[in-house]
Amino acid sequence: MRTDLDRRALVARLVARRGPALLLAGLGSPAWDLAAAGDHPHHFYLWGGMGGAFAMGLGLALARPERRVVVLAGDGEALMGLSSLATIAAAKASNLALLVLDNAAYGETGGQPTATEAGVDLAGMAAAAGFPSTLRLERAEDIEAALDLLLEGPGPVLVQARIDRRPQPLVLPPKDVVLLKARLRAALGVEPELAR
Amino acid sequence: MSTADWSEGAHAALRRAGIGLLAHVPDAGLARLIERCGADPTMRVVGLADEREGPALLAGAWLGGLKGVLACQSSGVGNLVNMLGLAATGRFPLVMIVTMRGEWGEENPWQVPMGRAVPAVLEAMGVRLLSLERAEEAGAVLDGATGLAFGSEQRVAVLVRQRVLGAKRFLAAGGGR
Repeated sequence: MRTDLDRRALVARLVARRGPALLLAGLGSPAWDLAAAGDHPHHFYLWGGMGGAFAMGLGLALARPERRVVVLAGDGEALMGLSSLATIAAAKASNLALLVLDNAAYGETGGQPTATEAGVDLAGMAAAAGFPSTLRLERAEDIEAALDLLLEGPGPVLVQARIDRRPQPLVLPPKDVVLLKARLRAALGVEPELAR
Repeated sequence: MSTADWSEGAHAALRRAGIGLLAHVPDAGLARLIERCGADPTMRVVGLADEREGPALLAGAWLGGLKGVLACQSSGVGNLVNMLGLAATGRFPLVMIVTMRGEWGEENPWQVPMGRAVPAVLEAMGVRLLSLERAEEAGAVLDGATGLAFGSEQRVAVLVRQRVLGAKRFLAAGGGR
């Protein structure tokens, strides 16, 4: 199934509407999408640690229960992190939302098909795990409703966005993780440990 | 030595370090520590489906200003190796409490290969090793681990030796082995 859902338009709308939410992008195209929408101290980008984005989002959500945390992940990243759907559901992380940018392909390695190409239903898996809010987003006209769910719906939330495969200009985020870490902690008012 | 002995000192040290989160995949040797942290209103206990989630979860918690530790069995170390790269690249503090199998009176041969490999694997990924060899040293060793990890942004594993935990006995019905 192919769609007309543009990943960059979707992420740009998420960034425009995020308010105080913290955005964490898993490796590959989701990180480039978030960078293309504009950098911000409340953004964090991974260039590795594949399969860890959902768990990292859970950690941030547990540390900041007053904030919405949104993880942007590719379908390959999501498939590698499936165990975290169980962990997140069991932890009842009500302020955590997962946005899977699902093009049914491993975009960084040559476009090989992922399991979602064969019909694996990530939103259904999250619902079965116990996520109170799940959605398959397939049409551009439903973007705002999906963002309502991601930013305000009872969590944990998973939105599986079936995006198209049009090539996008490469926009790279900062890759100095130490800097990104210090920047986000400072923006959240966390006292620097090493300054003590 | 019983597991209660080391877990009491370990829990007290985690409290001293301001640890608010214990992420774990359980092990019999960790049972008392998990219970103690679960009964502590200053700590949140999160059960993981896979040890690999641990370093990522703790990195996320650290971003938000929450200090956590990961507890797992030696076999679980094999599951999380690549995620140690995330901790190293981001210079995230990481404390792992690893209960060792396969090194002392082990009756399950499946525990031996990973148990033997744990120190070399962790050292290869840049994790500093501390060894907990006597239950009464648990508080001091955990103080050392948390101080090093959070004070100097290091990755530290405390290997709780199987001799401290006592080897798991496998008694088949009727008393045979």
